Amino acid sequence: MERRASWFNVTSVTLGLAFLYLPIVLVVIFSFNASRLVTVWGGFSTKWYASLLENDALLDAAWVTLRVALISATVATVLGTLAAIALVRYGSFRGRTLFSGMIYAPLVMPDVITGLSLLLLFVAVGIDRGFWTIVLAHVTLAMCYVTVVVQSRLITFDRSVEEAALDLGCPPFKTFFVVTLPLIAPAVVAGWMLAFTLSLDDLVIASFTTGPGATTLPMKIYSQVRLGVTPEINAICTILIGLVTVGVIGASIFTKRREVERQRAERLAAANP
Amino acid sequence: MVAAVGSVRRSFAPWNDPASKPFIEFRGVTKRFADFVAVDDLSLVIYEREFFALLGPSGCGKTTLMRMVAGFEEPTEGAVLLDGQDLAGVPPYRRPTNMMFQSYALFPHMSVEQNIAFGLRQDRTPKGEIAERVEEMLNLVKLKPFARRKPHQLSGGQRQRVALARSLAKKPKVLLLDEPLGALDKKLREETQFELIDLQQKLGLTFLIVTHDQEEAMTVADRIAVMNHGKVIQVATPAEIYEQPNSRYVADFIGNVNLIQGRVSASATGATRIEAPGTGAVIELDQAIDAKVGDQVWFAIRPEKVRISLDAPLPGSPNALSGEVWDIGYLGDVSIYHVRLASGATVTATVTNQSRVVERPITWEDKVWLTWSRNGGVVLAK
Ligand SMILES: Nc1ncnc2c1ncn2[C@@H]1O[C@H](COP(=O)(O)OP(=O)(O)OP(=O)(O)O)[C@@H](O)[C@H]1O
Ligand SMILES: [Mg+2]
Repeated sequence: MERRASWFNVTSVTLGLAFLYLPIVLVVIFSFNASRLVTVWGGFSTKWYASLLENDALLDAAWVTLRVALISATVATVLGTLAAIALVRYGSFRGRTLFSGMIYAPLVMPDVITGLSLLLLFVAVGIDRGFWTIVLAHVTLAMCYVTVVVQSRLITFDRSVEEAALDLGCPPFKTFFVVTLPLIAPAVVAGWMLAFTLSLDDLVIASFTTGPGATTLPMKIYSQVRLGVTPEINAICTILIGLVTVGVIGASIFTKRREVERQRAERLAAANP
Repeated sequence: MVAAVGSVRRSFAPWNDPASKPFIEFRGVTKRFADFVAVDDLSLVIYEREFFALLGPSGCGKTTLMRMVAGFEEPTEGAVLLDGQDLAGVPPYRRPTNMMFQSYALFPHMSVEQNIAFGLRQDRTPKGEIAERVEEMLNLVKLKPFARRKPHQLSGGQRQRVALARSLAKKPKVLLLDEPLGALDKKLREETQFELIDLQQKLGLTFLIVTHDQEEAMTVADRIAVMNHGKVIQVATPAEIYEQPNSRYVADFIGNVNLIQGRVSASATGATRIEAPGTGAVIELDQAIDAKVGDQVWFAIRPEKVRISLDAPLPGSPNALSGEVWDIGYLGDVSIYHVRLASGATVTATVTNQSRVVERPITWEDKVWLTWSRNGGVVLAK
């Protein structure tokens, strides 16, 4: 029996989607606005995209942001995964409670405090602030998220699978790479994506820990918006939205295709038992 | 083939030969988890090419014992030796043992083929040989059509067979099988049991198997160790375990048994008399026992060794009890008679159904006599 959508369901879906996507749609629409005034439609145009290409400051900021996000997400994923393994696997080592408490602290710490304390640290140690201090700060921030995600996967992990690998002659280090890692990969990838987006949209911590010459996109947009939103910002936002959308769609097509392949293999195997 | 295996097995008894060297040896092994004692000062010797079964109730330490051979647990006290070498400190991946896990522990991200090939690949076996061996294993466990499936696309029994094939693929010196056939249906299980025996004979490997199924242990094993609470109660061949259990625990654990409590009233070389005032029976048997006159003992007799009859034996003859048929269980091949004695105790007797009985000569509430021969049962002091 197929159930007809009631007007109530239709309305709630429409309202929900509108609530989520209306702001984004507005940004996209106004990025094609010929008028310089953000709130007045002046006809269709792609000129802001052309002028974006000449706006080196904005492009630089985008490039810095991307690099910071890639590097910090990767480092945070490695460190966070290792921390998760230590917490789950080495049951009760000395200082475990302290360690796990400290791992979770950045989760609940307000960004302003994290940023400020990192700034104080960098000043005290005397590191030149800039690109690498932002990376370090983002690693600190994102690592605990990765740890939480990977840890929850490891807790449900059947250790006898690793034991089976050892039993068959595979040394522990190799076992980690050929058995453990492939099995926790979805959690590790999820952790990486979380770290990447955290870094991508961080404004507060980056502002605290940056130095001359390293401006991230959120910082740039924020400082420009204070002078008024320019359609160029809408344009670069649209490009970012486009990239993210392509990424998400690509990932879902990839998983869908693997699912289809799996089902085909099952049908084939069932056909000739 | 089967005959050959039988004749080889009949003459195989290294445990009776003082010159034979132990292959796996547990020397006073104790394993504690916090303050729980899982294995308790256990000593046990297993010989090369032996098919050895561990039997015992759940939680008695069977898996723990195996894990100490495989290297996943170290004994708290004592030592495990393989071929004369103390295994202490040797990591699992350097031990010539392979284990089939109770939970199968298949690699979920690898196909059946890749699972089976995994161990061979660790040894850098040449590609062609790996393919050959995988093929052989797939045929053995009848999983050829499923070679490319992932474990989650298999049924429980199929997964179990993959686990078996994977642990066999390297032809390890010692194969540890933890409940290897539990998920198989009866027919496939019996087939696989015989294939295991065949394989073990052909390859000359040492198998250590854990099972809950006593019939399985009796079928496959050269010797059986009956365990309880982390201790070995008896180690013997299946026939000895069944016919000469050393304690009430073993007699009761393996098969069905009638236990009659009594006191030794006379003991001579080669003959013993026991009086069981509770049941009014006088038991005589051609067997010398450890117990002295006056000691409390139990007389154990299997139901199939008890004869049931409507006619009274000669007055005063030993090894006879009278009672009333309380219940009859019809199992097709045999019928089980539960006979209630005057004392209230119940004794069971099984009778093979040799003709298609419609009307039983002996039926409910009949007064019957139970008798047995002088070497039908055993006396247990423990
Ligand atoms: N890692 C562990 N920590 C604490 N106790 C354990 C551990 N492993 C096993 N035990 C305990 O040791 C005892 C023996 O366990 P084991 O797994 O050897 O039993 P088993 O004889 O294999 O039982 P089953 O037939 O149910 O598989 C059990 O009571 C179990 O709870
Ligand atoms: Mg077990």
